[in-house]
Amino acid sequence: MNRLAVNLPGLKLRNPIMPASGCFGFGKEFGQLYDLSELGAIMIKATTVEPRFGNPTPRVAETSAGMLNAIGLQNPGLDKVLSEELPWLEQFDVPIIANVAGSTEEDYVEVARRISKAPNVHALELNISCPNVKTGGIAFGTIPEVAKSLTAKVKEASSVPVYVKLSPNVTNIVEMAKAVEAGGADGLTMINTLLGMRLDLKTGKPILANRTGGLSGPAIKPVAIRMIYEVSQAVSLPIIGMGGIESAEDVLEYFFAGASAVAVGTANFVDPFVCPKIIKDLTELLDKYGFEHISECIGRSWK
Amino acid sequence: MIRNELCTVISHHEIAENIYELILCGELASEMKEPGQFVHVKVSSGQDPLLRRPISIANIDHEKKEFTLIYRAEGRGTTILSKKMPGDEVDILGSLGHGFPLEETESGETALLVGGGIGVPPLYELSKQLVARGVRVVHVFGFQTKSAMFYEEAFKQLGPTFIATVDGSYGTCGLVTDVLDFEVLSFDTVYSCGPTPMLRAIEGKYAADKKVFLSLEERMGCGIGACFACVCHTAENPNGFTYKKVCTDGPVFRAGEVVL
Repeated sequence: MNRLAVNLPGLKLRNPIMPASGCFGFGKEFGQLYDLSELGAIMIKATTVEPRFGNPTPRVAETSAGMLNAIGLQNPGLDKVLSEELPWLEQFDVPIIANVAGSTEEDYVEVARRISKAPNVHALELNISCPNVKTGGIAFGTIPEVAKSLTAKVKEASSVPVYVKLSPNVTNIVEMAKAVEAGGADGLTMINTLLGMRLDLKTGKPILANRTGGLSGPAIKPVAIRMIYEVSQAVSLPIIGMGGIESAEDVLEYFFAGASAVAVGTANFVDPFVCPKIIKDLTELLDKYGFEHISECIGRSWK
Repeated sequence: MIRNELCTVISHHEIAENIYELILCGELASEMKEPGQFVHVKVSSGQDPLLRRPISIANIDHEKKEFTLIYRAEGRGTTILSKKMPGDEVDILGSLGHGFPLEETESGETALLVGGGIGVPPLYELSKQLVARGVRVVHVFGFQTKSAMFYEEAFKQLGPTFIATVDGSYGTCGLVTDVLDFEVLSFDTVYSCGPTPMLRAIEGKYAADKKVFLSLEERMGCGIGACFACVCHTAENPNGFTYKKVCTDGPVFRAGEVVL
């Protein structure tokens, strides 16, 4: 028995560990370091209809136990992702979750319709939570009715299940989760980054050229755990959890909170071998805490 | 091949004001070839500071499996690094990036090496390797002040070395360009590393009729090309969406390749 195997809508995962979108490019860099088929899945970098350069530099700033980024959805555009990036990933036996972004509803629908037909794309991650773009992104992820409507349109256009990536920059995350559930989402991924800022002591000005950026890394893990704990008990959708995961222990905590799989983000920048390490450690950790199968851990924190 | 290794501190000294020379021993030294590459250093084992620091490789000793990093202790991360003692281990990811192309200078030709401040260190390994190929080297370096200057004698062993200091406390008073405007130097190629305004000046002065190679610096996240933190525009399409990553396409670029 594979004690780490997890089945989610559209996804048969050999283990519940995957790199988070925006932290793994389209896999090429990490493909030089280890066999990507070891991963449960890969969440590729957000794709928009048109190629995007993203924001001016500096685009990253370090914070206590975390980092701010304002990359701005840099990507080569839908055509190139379909003709080059996804075909390259076909050499690996690993399902791809395509992160879908755009400025308008039509953009999202167009990307979803076409990218969901790629043979190795097994699910979409609807990005309504990027805090670093002027239009789209988080603008769709903070008003329940808007998120619900977009989810329904993308769901209709997509050939594969749709997971909606929630923003933590809201007053009531449960309300957002319920709205996208009502819109027909097949699952949730959470959380995206928290909007933050750092200032330079010499100039008094923001370090990031974009002024604000998204906070990620270990610093945000307690926020994510709390939100997954609340949302997982309020909706019936499976959750892929993310935010500051860097060890198998962190993974277990996410499962206890209510996640059914997890994504590793910032930790890939610190240790590019972190995903295979976590996968290796996870089985031992199940032994340590007396679990036969990882799925037994889901929602252990619920009353 | 990129590898992650705990390297052992062989020696660690402050060689100029806030400038440290750190000699490390590790298997990855045997894979270091090109001068101008860098390593990504985790200065402490915990979550704070979280990210690695990119530091250029100043010297490679394949026989002893040692390599040298010269850095300025300025921010929190490099200050923590500066406390490491001989025998301590340092978490290194490397070696990363594309360095200076040696083959662009033929044996018997002359290379001009221009460095500013903490941009000088990678030029030491470069100078050594050029000299080993039979290339003549001329060094022109700029520092803020005499107390921040380092490796002058080591460079002099390899070729003529001109120094400028901003405050005039040593050598020519002013910038490297003041030396370059005054001295009559003949050379075939230019290799440079230092602050961006200096690189712009070098590009403006020599790129039209010489082969010029510039090493850039940018804030980095991963150092392996995945995070898109250190991108720059290409010169052929300065406002478009084509880009180069400083960490993996660079840090060394041919002058005119990217927008400085």
